[in-house]
Amino acid sequence: MDNEKLSLPNYDIPEDMQDVVAITTLDRLYNWGRRSSVWPLMFGLACCAIEMIAAQTARYDMARFGMEVMRPTPRQADMMLVSGTVTKKMLPVIVRLYNQMPEPKYVVAMGACASGGGPFKEGYNVVAGIDKFLPVDIYIPGCPPTPQALIAGMIKLQEKIDKESIKKVRWYNKEKKDGNYVPMPILGPDLIDVRRNAEIRDISAKAAVLKESA
Amino acid sequence: MATAIEPQTVDLTARFPGKVTADSRPGYTGFLVNKENLVEVAAALHNEFGFDLLTSLTGVDYIAENKMEVVYNAYKTTGGAGLIFKVQVERVDPIEVPSLTHIWHGLEYQEREAWDLFGIKFTGHPDLRRILMWEGFEGYPLRKDWKEAFYEEEIKPYKSRWPEGKHILAEEKNVFHDNLNLPKGFDPEKYIVDKEEDLYASLERHTLKDEEGRMRTDHVVVNLGPHHPSTHGVLRVAVTLNGETVMGLKPVMGYLHRNHEKIGERNTYVQTIPYTDRLDYFNSMSNNFGYVTTVEKMMNIPVAERAEYIRVIMAELSRIQNHLIFVGMLINDLGSMYTPSLYAFEERELILDIFEAVSGSRMMCNYFRFGGVVRDVPDDMLQKIKDLVFDRLPAKVDEMERFLSENEILVGRLKGTHVLSAEDAINYSVTGPVLRASGVPYDLRRADPYSIYDRFDFDVAVRHNGDMMDNYLIRFDEIRQSLRILEQAVKQIPQGPINSQKPNYQVKVPAGEAYGRIEAPKGELGFYIVSNGKANPYRYHVRAPSFVNLTAVEKMCIGTKIQDFVALLAMLDIVMGELDR
Repeated sequence: MDNEKLSLPNYDIPEDMQDVVAITTLDRLYNWGRRSSVWPLMFGLACCAIEMIAAQTARYDMARFGMEVMRPTPRQADMMLVSGTVTKKMLPVIVRLYNQMPEPKYVVAMGACASGGGPFKEGYNVVAGIDKFLPVDIYIPGCPPTPQALIAGMIKLQEKIDKESIKKVRWYNKEKKDGNYVPMPILGPDLIDVRRNAEIRDISAKAAVLKESA
Repeated sequence: MATAIEPQTVDLTARFPGKVTADSRPGYTGFLVNKENLVEVAAALHNEFGFDLLTSLTGVDYIAENKMEVVYNAYKTTGGAGLIFKVQVERVDPIEVPSLTHIWHGLEYQEREAWDLFGIKFTGHPDLRRILMWEGFEGYPLRKDWKEAFYEEEIKPYKSRWPEGKHILAEEKNVFHDNLNLPKGFDPEKYIVDKEEDLYASLERHTLKDEEGRMRTDHVVVNLGPHHPSTHGVLRVAVTLNGETVMGLKPVMGYLHRNHEKIGERNTYVQTIPYTDRLDYFNSMSNNFGYVTTVEKMMNIPVAERAEYIRVIMAELSRIQNHLIFVGMLINDLGSMYTPSLYAFEERELILDIFEAVSGSRMMCNYFRFGGVVRDVPDDMLQKIKDLVFDRLPAKVDEMERFLSENEILVGRLKGTHVLSAEDAINYSVTGPVLRASGVPYDLRRADPYSIYDRFDFDVAVRHNGDMMDNYLIRFDEIRQSLRILEQAVKQIPQGPINSQKPNYQVKVPAGEAYGRIEAPKGELGFYIVSNGKANPYRYHVRAPSFVNLTAVEKMCIGTKIQDFVALLAMLDIVMGELDR
């Protein structure tokens, strides 16, 4: 029987089997499994990490959503919760952790700093938002977001997972091999995004305006 | 209220004629020491005058006078006012100042920080590398002529944002369209990345040579962090191990260096208050406290009576929740995952409820203002505080101690490990509970009282062994003393206004300098501020207890087991927001 027919909600189940057989789509079954056990990477950056811990404790209890199993190693994690200010010095580490996570993987930017630099955006050592390097699935506003806001963000992620289809997801797509690999930025005189190497060289060659341009 | 100008207890000019002059700039105190005589004067201060605790060192870039200044704040552990002395050098590279680490070891990281951010070279420093930024970073960010990539104007509020408020993305103004500032003609493909050889070379000093010519065992270099479940954030520690024994250890920090001081020098005075929340993000109330006390000292304004009580209540509640979390996290790191911290977080939530009710935010309270606080504490909240202080918290603290303190594993792991002697603790500028656990009864609430702490009856918690067990137990002692202060404060709190000043976005701070300090839950939290009479501080420096306390970690760890190091980090109670700033 093909997938199409399985999906039909009004498929007739013989009466004597109705209490032992349920019919659903493969997508829905797969997504149900994924969304109910999103294991976050145990990874705190700054203030937001404390609210992330608070969300795990008794009053808020994120375990209700299958997200309590924090894994310190990226190899066992499904979701990276970027909880705090991303600094230039830390960024290569974050990118490396992201690259080490197995697919399927999700990134949640928690708080103002991870979403766009927040109050520290103007700082010389601050990356204005993790989305300059990693593909972010969910942004959670707040400084820091309350645990309720964090949980609301996680539920949004679950809703996003619910809409996925095995046919289309990137990690089963043969053409897009390593499509999600992010090249490591390097720490030179400043943080250098190696994807922009040529552009950076061109600008800095002609820019006598550099210091004045500021 | 703290007096505006601390009396000079020592007359250095008489002792060192010609070598030391009194700092006569208006608003400044202390002494200017000649660079050539710095070591001699410092040694005399330490050995003769008894200034055994050098808490803070920082640089100031007086670009108009073409001078670079290093400011030292020395105190006595017997209490009393401190002494500020300064060295001025010509602002021409290389800027060199003799290192004082051999007199006060606690200066090691602070001198490295001044080197990193100001480019002041401390000659004779044992390990002068950059500390917050990485090796190879271009420029010294806190110099006044160094501009960040998103630089817009010297001072806030920026003309582009106020009063018209036309929003422009910072990225659009930069030539690279990014937070990027590169030298001319830079080619990323030809750049050789620093492999941190200096860091690993600095570890070599401690490696053992093989004994008796027998088989040599290699030492293993291990990097803990910056992503590690037990480093309390993004601290990285490079260690060399001989088996399980730590032979050499170097913390690497700056992974959360978010430029607090540079941003603070662009901000107006009021704008910096919410930034201080994010220093030690467990105790935003204490951070506010330290900052506003310092600025009030410069402005020389009184604090409303009711606000003084509210401040003390909030700061002590903050201390209680900090120490509860400390206990939970310490035991977490010892291997008892979650259960004790769940107990700790339960109480913390109740305290955060109070913070949220008075300030509007759970963690980042932004509650203090110059002259008082921003909102009053409603009566029902005061009742809630009373319930907590008189009923719930004492019982819960007793319960936690009953459950945990006699646990065999806990005692086995903590008793007798990582002993820090009183002499070492002072010499490494360690402050706070860690210092008091070593037997030094030095608590700023008593030694150098600020706010209204002199009105309350409480004891300075002190323990005498200096091992981890005492460090753990002293936290419970401190919680009990905080509860004692709170019991008195909630009874005595008067009615009245909550701010002695009118609400003001642009406070007037007269020119001058001030170093203000409070007893934060983690140690001495100091703010050094230089004002030139404008709307923004000319120099704004935070003396973070976590940062300075970490200086002692190398001394405490060599020769011990690596697994105890994780517990030690928990015990020092570091928090990265404050450590890296």
